[in-house]
Amino acid sequence: MIWALILVPALAGAVSFFLKSNRLGRGLLVGTAAAHFGLVMAVWNLPRPLTTASGWLAVDAASLLFLTICSGLFLSVALYSIFYLEPSRKVPVKDYLEGFQFDNRPDAIFIGCLLLFLAAMSTVTVAQHLGVLWVAVEATTLASAPLIYHHRHHRSLEAAWKYLLICSVGISLALIGNFFLAVSTASASGREMSLMMPVLLEHAAELSPEWLKAAFLLMLVGYGTKMGLAPMHSWLPDAHSEAPSPVSALLSGALLNCAFLAILRMQTLLEAAGLGQFGRDKLIFFGLLSMGWAAMMLISQTEYKRMLAYSSVEHMGVMAVGVGVGGIAGVGAIFHSVNHSLAKAALFLVAGNILALYRSKDARNTRGLLNVLPVSGALWLAGILAIVGSPPFGLFTSELMILKGAIASGRWWVVGGYLAALGLAFAAIAWVALRMVYGQPPTPPPQPRRAREPIFSIAMPVALVVCVLILGLWVPRPLWKIINEAAAMLGGWK
Amino acid sequence: MQSPYDLMVILLVLLNFRLLGASQLGACVNTVAVQALLIGLLALLTPGVSWNWMTLMVVFVTLIKAVVLPALVRRAMRETGVVQEIEPFVGYTFSILIGTGMLVLSFLAVRPLQVPLDGAAQVLVPVTLFTMLTGLFLIVARRKAITQVLGFLTMENSIYLFGVAFAIQESWLVQTGVLLDVFAAVFVMGIMIHHINREFDNIDTDRLSNLRD
Repeated sequence: MIWALILVPALAGAVSFFLKSNRLGRGLLVGTAAAHFGLVMAVWNLPRPLTTASGWLAVDAASLLFLTICSGLFLSVALYSIFYLEPSRKVPVKDYLEGFQFDNRPDAIFIGCLLLFLAAMSTVTVAQHLGVLWVAVEATTLASAPLIYHHRHHRSLEAAWKYLLICSVGISLALIGNFFLAVSTASASGREMSLMMPVLLEHAAELSPEWLKAAFLLMLVGYGTKMGLAPMHSWLPDAHSEAPSPVSALLSGALLNCAFLAILRMQTLLEAAGLGQFGRDKLIFFGLLSMGWAAMMLISQTEYKRMLAYSSVEHMGVMAVGVGVGGIAGVGAIFHSVNHSLAKAALFLVAGNILALYRSKDARNTRGLLNVLPVSGALWLAGILAIVGSPPFGLFTSELMILKGAIASGRWWVVGGYLAALGLAFAAIAWVALRMVYGQPPTPPPQPRRAREPIFSIAMPVALVVCVLILGLWVPRPLWKIINEAAAMLGGWK
Repeated sequence: MQSPYDLMVILLVLLNFRLLGASQLGACVNTVAVQALLIGLLALLTPGVSWNWMTLMVVFVTLIKAVVLPALVRRAMRETGVVQEIEPFVGYTFSILIGTGMLVLSFLAVRPLQVPLDGAAQVLVPVTLFTMLTGLFLIVARRKAITQVLGFLTMENSIYLFGVAFAIQESWLVQTGVLLDVFAAVFVMGIMIHHINREFDNIDTDRLSNLRD
């Protein structure tokens, strides 16, 4: 079952590199995405933890939660891609910014890399051995770098190169962290243990604290690079703004969560070893730094895709702070990762619609959305309200839970920093994005190709926004149960 | 401590200085390859290693690192016709001075760490750190994309050296996975260098500076 989760997209990805027909390739993409989602839904009904390969791969509560996010987002992105890939077939395309001509990479490579990306992310979620986890996280980088360079021009090339180099180097630090951890297991008994999570948790008390702390720091920096925590986030705005919109949605909604899960696993180990406070302090530090940094960059941001990217940095910071505070904030952080994924993916998909019509990433040139693209405009408005954390959307609930936890912990500087950054980000995003919704369209107004917006371009964002809305009003019982289970498993939070 | 062992550790340090001081990319590629070869030899020489399938694994990893990966980088060099790093951000003499500083720093930094396993580890840990810093330095201080890839490979070598220093017996599955990742990373970087060269007519990464806030 677990193998199928990894192998189905991996094989489909390998096959699709050789498909000549675009139509067939798209069919394969959607078919595989649906099959993967079906498998994940089937796993929900099985008893947990579901293990295979002598414990190397296992689905526990945290795995299942993050797997569901990945798979659900992937399905919606796959359906959206049908719309997205269609017009880009006419090559070459004129660049909207500098007016030169460029073409896209072949669809076969795009679809193949997307599917391999899904396989790598699935492996990250189910990996119980920290070595395998590392291999899978690096594999996500390698599978997604070509996706960023789908539009062949110099800006996307620059973004892809930065992404590949910064993340590979960052992840190297996490590998050293793995080795440090291996040394820490050897210190007591004189010989190493396997880096399997259950084994490590069982023997957590025997690990050498110094080496364990150093290992945690290296992994926090390494996986934090991938997660987009400041100041290691420098690849993120470039990659998110230059990648095709469906890819940005996946990067932001699914990939960042995978790196977050890797850090969570390490924090679990620290808690078990009695060093939880050490890890939590570092998470709060990086979390607040990310929130503050992102809030500063959001002010005076004029490119709407970059704005969404910095908002991702901010929300990763929120999640890190939540885990760092612990208790109810820890539960909130995990809930927040669900909410953020849904809302941000919806926004990136809508941004794709806006970009396709206006051919501009500048928020000053894309005014009057409600007049020109009524459905996308309304979705943009709803998505923005969700992402800045206004009620009744799910992000409001989860941010409130984290705030509650921070107040309960009595650390007022955390509360202050958290609220200040959230407030700044709220103002900055609303200022830019709301003027896009209302305002006067540029003259002459862009003419839609079709009278109505294509169904594939809006159906998926609608579904995602509705999900965030529902999560804000009422959380389905199985989901709530699994969030609590994951929180209890990761840090004993309730 | 056996003398061939010490000699190899000293050689590793010297190789790092050669990386810092060489402007010919071909020489740098060779240096990285020799470095990987030396680390493989160190792994085989470490006392307590018995001849079993782990040995085969070491030989396999070393072959990939010393032969296949450098070949990939050389291919990128041939394709782009770049043979020399001209005008690096930090000059060669100054690079070597910085290298000396990094070496001292490495020895100072590992002093407080309690090394639980005795033997080879004591000398190798600072050298590991030095190699890692050298790799990072190459990535930030050189202009050509190929040199950045070499810096990445140097970092990977240092991680490998760390594994050797502590005789960390990773399972073959993880080792193969890590190796596959590094291979794929260099492969993808090679393809990107090809595209960068086509797009910009050179591979100076300071030209990649359009994206900023």
